[in-house]
Amino acid sequence: MSPVIRILARRFGISLIVLVGVSMLIFAIARIIPGDPARIALGPNATAEQVAAIRAEMHLDEGILAQYGYFVRDVLRGDLGTSLYTNRPVTFDIRQFLPATLELVILAGILMVGIGLPLGILAARYRGRWPDHLIRVLTLLTVSAPSFVWAVILMLIFAFYLPLFPVAGRLSDSYDITRVTGFLTVDTILAGNWGAFVDALHHLILPSVALALSGIGQAARLTRANMVETYDKPYIEMAQAYGFFPSRIARSYAFKPSLIPSLTIIGLDFAAMLGNAFLVEAVFAWPGLSRYGVAVILRKDLNAIMGTVLVIALTFIVVNIVVDLLIAFLNPRIRHSTRGAAS
Amino acid sequence: MIRSLRIISASPLSLIGLILVAVIVLAAIFAPLLAPFPTHNGSVVDFAFANQAPSARNWFGTDLVGRDIFSRILYAYRISLVLGVVVLAIAVPIGTLVGLFAGYMGGWTEAVLMRIVDVFLSIPPLVLAIAVLGVLEPTLTNAMIAVTVMWWPWYARLVYAIARSEREEGYVLAAEVIGAPTRHIALREILPNCWPAIITKMTLDMGFVIIIASSLSFLGLGVQPPTPDLGSMVAEGARYLPDSWWMTVFPGLAILAAVFGFNLLGDGLREVLGVQE
Repeated sequence: MSPVIRILARRFGISLIVLVGVSMLIFAIARIIPGDPARIALGPNATAEQVAAIRAEMHLDEGILAQYGYFVRDVLRGDLGTSLYTNRPVTFDIRQFLPATLELVILAGILMVGIGLPLGILAARYRGRWPDHLIRVLTLLTVSAPSFVWAVILMLIFAFYLPLFPVAGRLSDSYDITRVTGFLTVDTILAGNWGAFVDALHHLILPSVALALSGIGQAARLTRANMVETYDKPYIEMAQAYGFFPSRIARSYAFKPSLIPSLTIIGLDFAAMLGNAFLVEAVFAWPGLSRYGVAVILRKDLNAIMGTVLVIALTFIVVNIVVDLLIAFLNPRIRHSTRGAAS
Repeated sequence: MIRSLRIISASPLSLIGLILVAVIVLAAIFAPLLAPFPTHNGSVVDFAFANQAPSARNWFGTDLVGRDIFSRILYAYRISLVLGVVVLAIAVPIGTLVGLFAGYMGGWTEAVLMRIVDVFLSIPPLVLAIAVLGVLEPTLTNAMIAVTVMWWPWYARLVYAIARSEREEGYVLAAEVIGAPTRHIALREILPNCWPAIITKMTLDMGFVIIIASSLSFLGLGVQPPTPDLGSMVAEGARYLPDSWWMTVFPGLAILAAVFGFNLLGDGLREVLGVQE
């Protein structure tokens, strides 16, 4: 059995345990809610019979274990219940709002890696000199404010004072695009409407930069720290003694081994953007999961809260599996290993 | 202590951090004396001065009902700092104990405890806090509970990694050989080696707790009006952009200044205490 497959199997096993744990945690959070869930669902004017009927339907009169059993059964069937806020199945609502959020998060993730890693490499290569100090201050600044503060500042500068970008929304009203995937950058291409594609991308830039800024700082700082450590290794001194160009040493010798420890954290940061997207969406009136999530929380819409958290946790776990796989492929010690998988 | 202060002051960036943190903490403590309008921390209205741009009277301008934004920021710092201290005072001991015993004892204890930690870490922090607040009422106390629930696993993971590598060290084996009880080895032998990492992380985390707490109140899930909070001030002012820019920009910069200070200080401490990132 190839080591990569062994790691994959092990990783899926752990993820499965974690997923069961997450479902228990979400179930527990939903059950510590003060008051009768049936009463909350129906509102104060419901009669005792109506409450009793809903209690039976929600299995609230049975033991807590049985209730958890029903919850898991429904989730496995892909049934997350009905939202009290929109009166539609929670899965329908999430399918409606999730693509807009994912589109934002994915572009922010690309920016984080595409800008953060090179900055970190640059800082490590010129460690102790002015580019390093400059990058250190800049990246520390970007991680020092929540994404909604960056969103407001970017909006003020690049949408109001210099009107380079749109203030809000995903697409200008003049375009009418049939929703296929919900990802507007994909749907506009499917429709063959390049003007709309550029417009959708134009709307995406400011929010995703606001979302990415702290991740960029985090990724750069991490890469720098790991690379500086690698620079102290004897084989780098060897490469320097051979007279290799500093750029070649940075690229081929110092960066690669430093990437592996950075990747795990970058994966976590990327997934954390799913939470921070809530904040950026609120500033840019982005029709993603945020407005739905906050609305259902303020209305104590239990099914919708549990469903939203479950879907986000699932996405988070998938991202982590992908990162672990990436590490397994990048790390020759794992790729070529014939012994048991390193844990 | 004095030596540490001297090392921190040797690096200009850490010194800036130390000064920023000191100024903010002092300003928060003495807010009632320093604030030009101490009564503006509650539900006061002064429509004669509503929506004023920054001036000599109101350095950071006034909000929609005429309250002085500079005074409100000073009071908001009190809430942020108290919240940070309370959250860390609860989350750090819990996380440290879990990580310590999981890392030192290994076996089933490790497997069970660390899988529980994994569960908490597999929900994005902000989403977990939002979910907890979702079922509780949005108040300051509940915001503290929500942030604490999401915070302890990070310390568990940090201490776990250290304890696991220390487990094989000679001094631990020596203590085991002479028959020291598990509790003694974990708390007296291994824990002291975790302190530098824990203290550094706590300094950096003061900043992150401020970020998370202000994020919650930005969404309307934290401290409720009329109590001043940096996050809700930004949210309130964001509706009046770009004309009344001071309502959002100053509270936003106030968050940036506080977190930046704690980050600079934490970075400096990391060097002083020799902690790896």
